Amino acid sequence: MSLMSEVGQKAFNLGVPLAIHMDVTYRCNERCVHCYLDHDDHGEMTTAEIKDVLDQLAEAGVFFLTLSGGEVFMRRDFFEIVEHARRLMFSVKIKTNAVMIHEKEARRIRELGVDTIQISVYSHRPEVHDAITKLPHSFERTIKAIRFLREQGLRVTIANVLMTVNSSDHSGVQELAAALGAQYTLDPTITPMMDGDTSVLSLRIPGEELTEVFRNPALVGSQEEFCAPPKPPSEEDLEGYSCSAGHSFCYISPYGDVFPCVQFPLPTGNIRQQKFLDIWNLSPQMKEVRSIQAKDLTVCSSCSHVSSCSRCPGLAYMEGNMRGPSTADCEKSFYRTGVPTANMLRQGLSKPRPTSGNSAPLIQIRPIAVPA
Amino acid sequence: MPENCIYIARSSAIAARALAGEMMVMNSADSTFFTLNEVATAIFQAADGHTPLREIVRDRVCEQFDVDPEQAQADAEQFVAELSGHGILLVSNQPLASESPR
Repeated sequence: MSLMSEVGQKAFNLGVPLAIHMDVTYRCNERCVHCYLDHDDHGEMTTAEIKDVLDQLAEAGVFFLTLSGGEVFMRRDFFEIVEHARRLMFSVKIKTNAVMIHEKEARRIRELGVDTIQISVYSHRPEVHDAITKLPHSFERTIKAIRFLREQGLRVTIANVLMTVNSSDHSGVQELAAALGAQYTLDPTITPMMDGDTSVLSLRIPGEELTEVFRNPALVGSQEEFCAPPKPPSEEDLEGYSCSAGHSFCYISPYGDVFPCVQFPLPTGNIRQQKFLDIWNLSPQMKEVRSIQAKDLTVCSSCSHVSSCSRCPGLAYMEGNMRGPSTADCEKSFYRTGVPTANMLRQGLSKPRPTSGNSAPLIQIRPIAVPA
Repeated sequence: MPENCIYIARSSAIAARALAGEMMVMNSADSTFFTLNEVATAIFQAADGHTPLREIVRDRVCEQFDVDPEQAQADAEQFVAELSGHGILLVSNQPLASESPR
């Protein structure tokens, strides 16, 4: 076990919120077709409120702080927030589309000792990227910003969300990342909108293409290991928990709402009304999330994948039951290993149903001519 | 430099937080990650740039932990050399301003 994993496990066991994801705004200068956020400002926390939250988080033991959005640079006080966070000695990661980062901003980010900047790049083809962000020239501006950041010696991670319209571009983005000296990470997860609207799920890449991704050694390492059939769960597996949500991780919205995870919209309290630690320690919802072990899961406890599945309790919650299966993860487990999940078997399925609801192609980018 | 003139300060490039009495430290320049035991944590927390290392060892280590003063001083110097090699601590024979991110 690496030192970092040991620390993570220690925080998990002690119930210390080691890592926090905080969205400082939902406003954005891009309008990505798959985005789950409402970009209107419904009363963001002020600079003073955010600084007070950061003070509380430092006191609570938070070490890893991810600042995200929306687009973080839509806030004019963003550098003031980062400066305060770094004075409190957080390890800061920034998630951004980077289109507002120029040489001056890149230098400031370096001066502030930010650990990593994660930037979304959807394709190596400008027209595909721009069609997804719906911001003309966003590809050009983002790539320019990555160069500025790299010139400052900063660590940049390119996050490549994979969906129907860019599913064949991951190799190109991976090569682009290598050329820019950036790390590369791929995510095939498309999340329902925060208001429960699931129409964006039609952007999820179909199963056959997911299989292709999972069999690509450049993306997953050892295919044999990654795609191995699940091992029968041990007693220890059944005593285990899904993930760190609510255990050593949580999410804070721009309005001060606290959730177990950015992908788990179960309200547990608001930081404008309560102290962070009171929510973290005393919220009944947080305690409930924390109590759920694999053996308590309604369907998944009897699933052969239970010990290796990436089941997301937040996605399960959005499907109606935080103890139930998350269909997206059932699909991933199936397409990764070829072994049907308990959730599929109880529905008499030998393979997942095609994405339900709006399964039309992504009409938003149809008018854009995408070269082969 | 004479050992009684060593001053230490925390670099502005680091992130740090105590977890159950032990300090986690990460250098943002190269992402090296350390955890410090209780004694090392005491020294790290006292690294204000203007308290000599010998005084830190006397007041923060020997006072609070059952250790031989000479051994403690030697261990502290080794620890300081290691962390300064990773850019976590700044070392000087003159008092230092403790850095904070600009």
